[in-house]
Amino acid sequence: MTSGATEATFAALVLPFLGAVVAPVLAGRFGARAAWGLAVLPALSFLHFCSLVPEIAGGAPVTGGYAWVPSYNLSFSWYLDGLSLTFALLVTGIGALIVLYAGGYLKGHVLQGRFLAFLFLFMGAMLGLVVSDSFLMLFIFWEMTSITSFLLIGFDHERRAARRAALQALVITGGGGLFLLAGLLLLWNVTDVTHMSLALPYGEALKASPYYLAVLLLVLMAAFTKSAQFPFHAWLPNAMEAPTPVSAYLHSATMVKAGIYLLMRLYPALGGTAAWEIILPVFGGLTLIVGAVMAVGESDLKRMLAYTTLASLGLLVLLLGAGGDDAVEAAVLYLMAHALFKGAFFMLAGILDHETGSRDITALGGLVSAMPLTFAITLAAALSMGGLPPFFGFLAKEEIYAALAGGNLRAILLTATVVLGNALMFAAAFVIALKPFLGARKPTPRAPHEAPILLWLAPAVLALAGLVAALLSPRFHALFSTPMASAVRAAPAPVEIGPMPHFGLPLLLSVVTILVGIGVWLLADRLRPAVALLVATLSPGPDAAFDEFIAGLLALARRVTRLTQPGRLHIYMTVMFATLAAALFVTPALYGEWPAWPRFAPLLPSEAMIFAVAVIGLGAVITARQRLTAIVALGIQGFAVAVIFVFYSAPDLAFTQFMVETLSVVILTLVMMRLRLSVVDRRAPRRRLVDGALALGGGFGLVLLTLKTLETPFDPALSLFFGQWSRVIAHGRNVVNVIIVDFRGTDTLGEIAVVTAAGLAVLALLRRRSTRRGKA
Amino acid sequence: MNTPIFRAFAVPLTALMLIASLFILLRGHNAPGGGFIGGLVAAAAFALQAAAFGPKAVRRAVKVSPLSVAAFGLSAACVAGLFSALADMPFMTGLWIEPHLFGITVPLSTVMLFDAGVYLVVVGAVTAIALAVEEEEP
Repeated sequence: MTSGATEATFAALVLPFLGAVVAPVLAGRFGARAAWGLAVLPALSFLHFCSLVPEIAGGAPVTGGYAWVPSYNLSFSWYLDGLSLTFALLVTGIGALIVLYAGGYLKGHVLQGRFLAFLFLFMGAMLGLVVSDSFLMLFIFWEMTSITSFLLIGFDHERRAARRAALQALVITGGGGLFLLAGLLLLWNVTDVTHMSLALPYGEALKASPYYLAVLLLVLMAAFTKSAQFPFHAWLPNAMEAPTPVSAYLHSATMVKAGIYLLMRLYPALGGTAAWEIILPVFGGLTLIVGAVMAVGESDLKRMLAYTTLASLGLLVLLLGAGGDDAVEAAVLYLMAHALFKGAFFMLAGILDHETGSRDITALGGLVSAMPLTFAITLAAALSMGGLPPFFGFLAKEEIYAALAGGNLRAILLTATVVLGNALMFAAAFVIALKPFLGARKPTPRAPHEAPILLWLAPAVLALAGLVAALLSPRFHALFSTPMASAVRAAPAPVEIGPMPHFGLPLLLSVVTILVGIGVWLLADRLRPAVALLVATLSPGPDAAFDEFIAGLLALARRVTRLTQPGRLHIYMTVMFATLAAALFVTPALYGEWPAWPRFAPLLPSEAMIFAVAVIGLGAVITARQRLTAIVALGIQGFAVAVIFVFYSAPDLAFTQFMVETLSVVILTLVMMRLRLSVVDRRAPRRRLVDGALALGGGFGLVLLTLKTLETPFDPALSLFFGQWSRVIAHGRNVVNVIIVDFRGTDTLGEIAVVTAAGLAVLALLRRRSTRRGKA
Repeated sequence: MNTPIFRAFAVPLTALMLIASLFILLRGHNAPGGGFIGGLVAAAAFALQAAAFGPKAVRRAVKVSPLSVAAFGLSAACVAGLFSALADMPFMTGLWIEPHLFGITVPLSTVMLFDAGVYLVVVGAVTAIALAVEEEEP
């Protein structure tokens, strides 16, 4: 790969972020028409990734990147194989369409620019996620998708439900991201590499490692929260509070597939073990059934779609865990089919909502005459979702049944689960596609009319893509399906299924699915209350559990805060000095390393006098009746220490000590006056005793520490180094100052930042006090 | 503390301390002193002035908020560290130039700018705390 191509790929990755910057400006100036211009950015990325298709389909992954922190093996690097490329194409291709759709959907909205900016941010994050080679980059982009999803779900932030949904999504998916971080760190420890492309060949070693199960569980937590597997699924239906472009893009086509992407990415490294093939089908199957049943029980269009998405995600997890090569190919096909038809479906639901003012399935009917085009597109999406030929969904479903069908109990169980789930999804698809359009016309809040081109273009393209991909399946498989399946399996995996039905067990299962689906469809209106009753019987579910969890967490935080922050200075000081004394006495006691009594040099008379001053100062501090006297006496003792520094030729230290003592006395006095403390210190005798013991404990502890330190032989290496080089390379004779400003200047920078922050904090505290008093 | 004698002495004493603080700052590289100590001396000077004439008078005389002085010093120290990037050297590498002005060689350096930043941070932050604590409550 030439260096120019590296830059082009980098540009393709950055373009969405550029979009985030320019979107507010353009939307502010041109309104909805800005969407046409903005959609060019992801379209350019899309075209770039298209240009990589032949190379990658030929079996050569495209890699590139830039070093970041080479000493830690951190880099901004990408690895594009069939898997990553297909995801990149979905993210940018559907992304371009979504921008157009969002332009039409939020036409005239005051904050359209902000919305588009969030959308572009998400696009950039998602794109980064699926192309990341380095673990760190993967994690950063993973969390970035959670954060942008939070912003988008909560876009309508004046509604309480939207805020709750946004927070719930953030807590669950962002929390899952932390599991991902732990999993990747563990993976790094086991394999000793920090890049996906390097870690994947370690599969066998990893599976034999004692840490395998831990890595697997951590990764699964990340994938299951992100891809909304039961019981972490509650956030996905609630995320329907977001504007519809978000639901179509994040919550069906891309972000919720990040978990699936992770599972597929790590399939060669983690997949195929007994644990993998037990956990994945169980959770996937549960999610499939729960989602499909709930979908039939819903009447809100978007929530119905959300539950079918849940079911589809469950199906994908189940397929990845089913074992066998065909199952992986089936998952690959279903993933692509789902991204196309579900993205379209959500946008169509948005059109219905937008043009009629309602998205309640029971309140809509007979719209075919008013919205014929919307009906046609919806029907195409439903045919693909229902798995009917000649749509791409049919190919996926045939492959699924071909992969799962078998004679043993496990195969029968899995097949039955999938047939039931698919039948329910079939019913849901046609409830949405037919109920609002056929039958008697029902009155709607807005007079229905056909949607503008900005709205119908995107779903039309996606629905059409589902048809074209199926009709040109040999070509499509060669370019996309086979490279992607081969990447997941890390071995050649040719996909051959075509749109023509072949007689056999898979077709039979398809027919059963469709027949059951038609049955459910006919009974849909009667089943809805039954499901609602079932849900009510089983409640409280995970959604309510989430609220309990948050409430419990807050209560715990309050309790911990009350325990550790009682707000009384006396308690803080007691804890600090008690800890200090304990640390200084317990450690030597445990290790039996008490310092020996040192031999002192004979005391000079001048030194003796200064010691006497210090002792007199201390005595005054202890016996002083007035607080002010004690503060000043403390200063005397400090000055005496400074003079001792002078004796031992540390002029800088002495100088600083003098200034610090002076200012401490001044500021302590001012604080005392400010706090209006009583002039005389009146402490109960018992407390005096405790405080005195603590003071003695801390003081003698420090004496022990100093003596112990003096016992270790003095290493003159640093003194010699600084003495030798200070003048030569740092142009200064005052070694202390040269160390402060040059040799260890970065430390000093940190210290003065702390000094500034301390100043700010003191001012903030004082102001808070005075405003509180002002109000009272 | 508002005795006439104290007030009369406070003004020249403050001026002397401020000049001394600058002197301490500049000599610091080769003799005892430096930005940290100099800053403390200057802060003590302002505290003295505030004790004599009240914190309001000091604020009027200084004109800028002490905390902005600290922030400015912190930025100056950061900038001093960044100069080395121009010479393609790691952050905080000291650079020296020795221009001849009026026949005298004046060594100038990013290290000196950094030390001045330290000085301003210490003066600003300590003075801000002292003045705020001393101010009467509203």
